[in-house]
Amino acid sequence: MQGTKPEAANSTSLPARLVLILERVSARTGVTKGVYSIAVIFFILIVITPAIAGIVVQLFSLPSLALSPDVAKRMEAAVQWSFVIGLVVSTLDVLAGIPLAWLIVRNHGHWTTILDSLADIPFVVPTVALGFSILEFWSSPMGIAQLFGSTSLVSPGVILIMLLHFAFSFPVIVRVMVGEFLNYRESYEVAARTLGASPLTAVRTVTLPILRPGILAAFLLALARSLSETGATIVVAGAFENGTVFINNARVSGLTSAVVIASLTMIVSSLVVFGLIKIIAPRIRVLPLRVWPNLERKLSKSPVVATRNAITLIGFLVFVLLPCLFLALPAVEAVAGGTAIEAFAGVGPWKAFWSSMLLSYVIAVLATIVNIVSGLPVAILIARKRFGTRVAKIVDALVDLPIIVPSLALGVSLNFFWRTMGTLPEFWVILLAHTTITYSYFVRTMAASIQGIAPELEDAAKTLGAQPFRVFRKITLPLTKYSLLSGAILVFTRSVDETGATSAVAVNLKTAPILLVSWITGKVAVTPAERALGVGFLVATSFFALVILRLIAIRISARKVA
Amino acid sequence: MPELDLVGVSKSYGNIQALTDISLHVENKEYVCILGPSGCGKSTLIRCIAGINKPDSGKILIDGESVEQIPIEDRRIGYVFQDIALFPHMSARDNVSYGLAVRHAESTEITTVTNEMLDLINMRDRSKAYPRELSGGAQQKLAVARAIATGSHLFLLDEPLGALDAIVRAELRYELRKLASDLGLTVIHVTHDQEEALSIADSVVVMKSGRIVEVGRPSEVYASPRNLFTANFVGETNLLEGKVLETDGSKCTVDIKGHTIRVSGFGEVGQRVILSIRPEFVSLTTPTVVGWKGLIKQVTFLGNLNRYVVEVEGGIDIIAEVSTAEYSTGFRVGESVMLSFEDVHMLLFDYPGEGLEKEISLE
Amino acid sequence: MPRVSFVSVTKNFGKHVALDGVSFDVSDGQYLCILGPTGSGKTTLLKLLAGLLKPDEGTIYFDGKPVNNVTAQDRNAVYVPQQYALFPHLTVLQNVAFGPLAKGKPASVALAAASTALDLVRLSWRAQALPNELSGGMQQRVALARGLASGAGLLLLDEPLGALDARLRLDLRHKLRDLVKQSGFTAIHVTHDQDEAMSVGDEIMILRNGKLQDYGPQRRVYRRPASIFVANMIGGASFLEGIVDTTVGETALINLRGGLTIQAPSKTLTLTDPVILALRKERVRISRDRLEMDNVFKGEIRSVRFLGNSKEYLIRISNGDIIASRQFAESEDGAFNVGEEVLVGFLESDALVFEYPAEGLRKELDVA
Repeated sequence: MQGTKPEAANSTSLPARLVLILERVSARTGVTKGVYSIAVIFFILIVITPAIAGIVVQLFSLPSLALSPDVAKRMEAAVQWSFVIGLVVSTLDVLAGIPLAWLIVRNHGHWTTILDSLADIPFVVPTVALGFSILEFWSSPMGIAQLFGSTSLVSPGVILIMLLHFAFSFPVIVRVMVGEFLNYRESYEVAARTLGASPLTAVRTVTLPILRPGILAAFLLALARSLSETGATIVVAGAFENGTVFINNARVSGLTSAVVIASLTMIVSSLVVFGLIKIIAPRIRVLPLRVWPNLERKLSKSPVVATRNAITLIGFLVFVLLPCLFLALPAVEAVAGGTAIEAFAGVGPWKAFWSSMLLSYVIAVLATIVNIVSGLPVAILIARKRFGTRVAKIVDALVDLPIIVPSLALGVSLNFFWRTMGTLPEFWVILLAHTTITYSYFVRTMAASIQGIAPELEDAAKTLGAQPFRVFRKITLPLTKYSLLSGAILVFTRSVDETGATSAVAVNLKTAPILLVSWITGKVAVTPAERALGVGFLVATSFFALVILRLIAIRISARKVA
Repeated sequence: MPELDLVGVSKSYGNIQALTDISLHVENKEYVCILGPSGCGKSTLIRCIAGINKPDSGKILIDGESVEQIPIEDRRIGYVFQDIALFPHMSARDNVSYGLAVRHAESTEITTVTNEMLDLINMRDRSKAYPRELSGGAQQKLAVARAIATGSHLFLLDEPLGALDAIVRAELRYELRKLASDLGLTVIHVTHDQEEALSIADSVVVMKSGRIVEVGRPSEVYASPRNLFTANFVGETNLLEGKVLETDGSKCTVDIKGHTIRVSGFGEVGQRVILSIRPEFVSLTTPTVVGWKGLIKQVTFLGNLNRYVVEVEGGIDIIAEVSTAEYSTGFRVGESVMLSFEDVHMLLFDYPGEGLEKEISLE
Repeated sequence: MPRVSFVSVTKNFGKHVALDGVSFDVSDGQYLCILGPTGSGKTTLLKLLAGLLKPDEGTIYFDGKPVNNVTAQDRNAVYVPQQYALFPHLTVLQNVAFGPLAKGKPASVALAAASTALDLVRLSWRAQALPNELSGGMQQRVALARGLASGAGLLLLDEPLGALDARLRLDLRHKLRDLVKQSGFTAIHVTHDQDEAMSVGDEIMILRNGKLQDYGPQRRVYRRPASIFVANMIGGASFLEGIVDTTVGETALINLRGGLTIQAPSKTLTLTDPVILALRKERVRISRDRLEMDNVFKGEIRSVRFLGNSKEYLIRISNGDIIASRQFAESEDGAFNVGEEVLVGFLESDALVFEYPAEGLRKELDVA
């Protein structure tokens, strides 16, 4: 008989014995519950509490809560702008992302797979690099301004921030919506059509309402990213201040009370806004059907559809793809120009660059490991409701917290908690910050994947005699291994990408994105070539991660088809 | 007055030939059941008729007009899905009125017709309920009402009762049939359940592996199937392998592992044949009468009848079903019995080229 | 000592009572079929036996020992869900060998058990296939083999044939029973299909809304059903409403509406009791001429239903009631047509009499 032989249970090799011991241990009552409890306690004590407690305690420790009138005015305006930008950009992203996701899913073929991968690019390119690229594309004389014969099309400021946020939230929407469309039962829409609805009417009255929860989730995710982003926003903000730019400026100027108050304001406002949207939006009644059959029929015809697709693609190209890839040009120039040789030699600013890259990677790897070990039990707890539905819902909501809260504000809180309230060295604080920020990504991915495994499989395995550890090892893990890998890669790239929290926490140590922000904003003097190349190196690593993620996704969908 | 014609319809998916040369004529107001095992292409066929799939070749004509170029929404065909597909975000009432709403009907018309439909299925009092709050049977009726509300007269039902309990299915199918009669609908109803098809169809179309293998009225298809697959698929039957010993033109003497029997039919001497006899036509008597001698191997009480597995010499198992209408105590395991069959109930088939198992295979 | 004992078991999900004080025994080697509509609690019952759920009240005993606190993996009761739950990433052989390996048996023993089980279901030739490469019927057999190979002794089958085509079900139900019996396992097989329940089990149990309605050998449950619901669930019947008029010895005279009278066994009926009469369809005879039976009425054929091996006639008698008659293996000349005037009759002993149900007849027959 060929094929993998079932492993021998009476083998005396060390790993095999260890596995058996773990299995028997897992069989004891309370052991599995204990593991979950420890993971949840870790989550609450190490991830959540410092994020909130820090800033709250810091608030009370301030000598005075008074802000000078113009600082107060600046802060108010900045926070409001953050939300305005966030809501506008997220809405635009949803409006632009849905047609593209539709295009990808409904026209399954080679070039749509490529399109799908391209749509991921802004997601994986570190936002610092994105900021730099967008700055070059819209603002510099080398960018799109050339076509119009001017030196700059869009100067740094609120519009540029919006263009930036639009670009980097776009892939989030596309990813979520592609997933929603793939899971969507086709028969609803076909049923509508057999009842006489034109394709457009069917999508508008049946598909989109049914997918509303998914659309809402995508919208909130885009909003969270927009509110949270720091590094790139600083790069393109110029003199303008949104919430995160203000906090950063205040920190640099030493206005501690402004930093604390603004951070807390951002945190509370985010929670309130998200809470409101989550509660109100699902309750909005689907309005009575308003149909314009003839108009919608005309709009469903091929020429119209083709035009719509063309507009979607052009829009994607001009507002998302090109601005993101634009930095490739200066980077390549820099390589050609010989800057690369200096870079690899570690000359001048490159010494600091490489050590910060090393720091970034070390932290990313450690954060990934911590997240996997501590996050997996929590993911299972949420997916399988091990402690009941209510606990699962609460933990589920808490896991979202680090995403909702703007990362800079989070960083301020963490910094106070671990450095001032505690006395943890900087490296560990940075690590903890990264762990907190990335925690949700892993848990969300794993929880969704585990939920996708039919519980019957685990039920059957149990009644066949498998103890909990064996069920996990032989059933759960093999069936989610791709998601595990995806989750790990997401955590890794997000950590390498992280600027917001890190900037609040890092004083002497500089991670790669922080370093690059100082290069781009001119705080550290470097040549344009050096700047471009530095960003290019950072992008290269994320690019490899993207490739791996894509391959995994292809493997998963191939399995589904089989 | 919808009548439907399919001419040479074929469809393939990659290397899989889902439909091969399907030709069928459905009369106005006819209730046709397309019967076949999973994978035989029946769902693909009605999806082609509805316009959901495009056939590779062949013609589909409704009232004599080709519908190839007409999109789904303009074909005016009512469709009931296997997974019911009620819109989860709309109430029962809104579901039913959807077809009218999208055609921009007058609101008074919408209300009137919707109420009519809800009355038809006795769900007027639950019109505000959402699909998830309704039972399987209620959801199914709602899906049918929704399709009828559009005023179409041609209906395609894809395993409409598939998701329901056996006992609900058995009741609902008659309701469905009555509805179709009362409203004068032309219906094509796809199912894998032969009892369902036999009990309500005007005409049964048997499909296997993408082809139509038989068409006829239920009683014809059951009593005089033209091929082995149909004989075995539509109802149960005993299939006995044998050889023709003699023939006189209209009758043959067939040898089945040492037992002989005379049966009507054509066959050449020496030809391999299959004899088909349904369990209900196998007579069992105490061993005094002429027939085949056998031993009762198994007895199963099925309520209205007893099912016997009788082993006759040669290692052949024959299944006999005897009604419990007479209060005879029936036979017991180990008892000797005599089996006999009447010529009129026996069918003779050529031995299939690809072997018996392959010919009657259901998967 | 019974192999399995369920003693006053209740299970709630929030406000919904899934099982309400259910008690029954299953003996060693028995093949019990539990019949009930969707939502009657059948799956909950199996999961309680498997240890995947804990009872809120009551105790479950295996071989006389209470197992309420024994985990699923230690109970030796294999649960086979409706969709089989074959591990998609493991081959057929690995699936079937999973049980013995999980219990710590050496690989050689596990493989031997798996091979035997696969031989039994005649799928050894597909040992290296992945589940998604197999047809529905084959997957069902693999799921069965996996249960048999585990050596558990108790098989819990949740609608094992539910995912298969009707015709395939007919073939496989007998094979399933034979296989289980051959291996000596005790089996509890749950279904909503009464034909299946009647053919496969040694005994049959009827569940409705979490309550046990009847339990016993097929013959008894069929001939003397405990309630109207059971009579309807198994075999189906015509139901007539009436009031007890007089009792003469062992016979009661029951008045139907419209002045018609029926002779039925009197049992413990009191005068003026409202009752329901159930008539098994095959016990109702139709004739054009005479009928020598205790109860004969004139009627008109309202509809004819062809069911393949039998025909069902709905006859309307003079008071408007409808009686169903099922004629088995009928010849063409014996057939009746819609509109024909006929005589319809049945024996006194075939009239099953029940108390009029408190919630009304419609509710009692509701299976949706």
